[in-house]
Amino acid sequence: MQATGAAMTGETQGDGTEMAASTARLRLASSQTTNDLVLDDVTMRFQTREGTITAVDRVSLSIERGEFVSIIGPSGCGKSTLFNILGGLVSGYDGTVSVAGETVSGPHPAIGMVFQEESTFPWRTVIDNVAFPLEVKGVAKAQRYATARKFIDMVGLAGFEQRYPAELSGGMRQRVAIARTLVFEPKILLMDEPFAALDEQTRLLLGDKVLNIQQDLKQTTLLITHNITEAVQLSDRVVIMSFRPGKVKRIVDIRLPRPRRGDVVGSDAFGRYVAEIWNDLREEASRGMAESEKGALGRAER
Amino acid sequence: MFLTRIPPIAFGLATLGLVLGAVEILLRLQILNQFVIPLPSAVFGSFGRLFSEEELARRLLLTGAEALTASVLVAIVGIGLGMLLYRFRTLRLATEPWVAAVAAAPIVLAYPLFLVIFGRSAATIVAMGFVAGLGPVILKTLEGLNGVRKSLINVGRSYNLTPAQQFRMILLPAAVPTIFVGVRLGLIFALINLIGVEFLINFGGLGQLINDLAERYDLPGMFATIIFVILVSVVIFAGLERMERWFRPVQ
Repeated sequence: MQATGAAMTGETQGDGTEMAASTARLRLASSQTTNDLVLDDVTMRFQTREGTITAVDRVSLSIERGEFVSIIGPSGCGKSTLFNILGGLVSGYDGTVSVAGETVSGPHPAIGMVFQEESTFPWRTVIDNVAFPLEVKGVAKAQRYATARKFIDMVGLAGFEQRYPAELSGGMRQRVAIARTLVFEPKILLMDEPFAALDEQTRLLLGDKVLNIQQDLKQTTLLITHNITEAVQLSDRVVIMSFRPGKVKRIVDIRLPRPRRGDVVGSDAFGRYVAEIWNDLREEASRGMAESEKGALGRAER
Repeated sequence: MFLTRIPPIAFGLATLGLVLGAVEILLRLQILNQFVIPLPSAVFGSFGRLFSEEELARRLLLTGAEALTASVLVAIVGIGLGMLLYRFRTLRLATEPWVAAVAAAPIVLAYPLFLVIFGRSAATIVAMGFVAGLGPVILKTLEGLNGVRKSLINVGRSYNLTPAQQFRMILLPAAVPTIFVGVRLGLIFALINLIGVEFLINFGGLGQLINDLAERYDLPGMFATIIFVILVSVVIFAGLERMERWFRPVQ
């Protein structure tokens, strides 16, 4: 692990000892002032026909101001549940989420969200989509258009202001969604697999774009992904989640140089990080696959 | 290759012309019976007479006014009720199957009941058109609102929109295409019933004229009036399509 430059932090949970968990909580408490986003012992359970499912199990995590953190894990590890909890879109969980020391109990103005699914408004032009949060806020048309143009330019869509989402490619639509989130100038950016529906090349190019924007704006960013390359390319830290119940299995520090350029994906160190994370994820992904096959078999038999 | 360069409308008109020409020839050769099918040339020739002697323009205005009243009522009340059922789940559970049943029922057969309530007047015609068109508008409004993608709703929630803003800025515009399908269906149902009731109670505009001409066994005039109704419907629905494009420029 040392050879790759990856470092395992003291935030191991679930499988770790009580002492490790206490150390994590101590770190958490002492660093809350510089942390933008803190999850403390967050647990989320769902009632289903099969019984109670623990989607997220005692997850604690602190993200520093300006840090880029990715959460990676197999399907069903509670990544999206965590995203919804952080965004204040779900309630009924145990534990607390706080933004700059303030406990979150619903959507927080400091948090901007980019969703996995197509979320541009098909009835609005690009500029009206991007200006939407400002319109909600009551900003005058001329001013909100000027601000929207700045962010449209930032995501590389200048010249497409008057187009409708149906006239754009999937990658361009996702950039519109990113610009719409950025225009609100949130302190914290949450992204839930924003490039999941895109091909690999577009994904890498958009990754570069996001990286540049994040380095420019110095926003605290949390990316939910199942793509290891994407996580390593963009992050300062990668949080590996276990399959259900979703716990933090390990946190890997990505010590690749910053400012990071797109060609970082070709470096040896990058490859070693990817291999190392996959080693951790393989077991979880296999468990996830076995569970879903078992579930499908059970449904077929019923 | 040559055929693909012809605009679809010219293609359609040419096909229609060919079919009518063939019918004309078959009727003149007495292969088809002129007592059942009038000569297409006589049908088109009777349009002038219909305008001058049968007051086709005045009747169009009369039916048009009834149709407009019924359509406005169908759109306002139908969309309003659809929104209400979307908002109140219990109300929806209690009434949705009945709305669906009414939408599928041949409402026109209930015209005696409407005659008793409203008398032999334009009110009966408008009321029947309204009731017939209401079901599809309610059901499609409900379907449109229920079908709004979760991700769009979540965008609104992430910006802390109030329920009224969420409805006005996200739910309603997202549901517009489906609501328009309902409005179009509702207007078709309303128009069919409107003209049907005019025909049945021998009162009002174009429906009554069709009845009159049928009673007088004026087949060319009757067919010409039916074609006129079809043309008016085509114009109405082309107008609706334009209105929909204005609401939602790119789908």
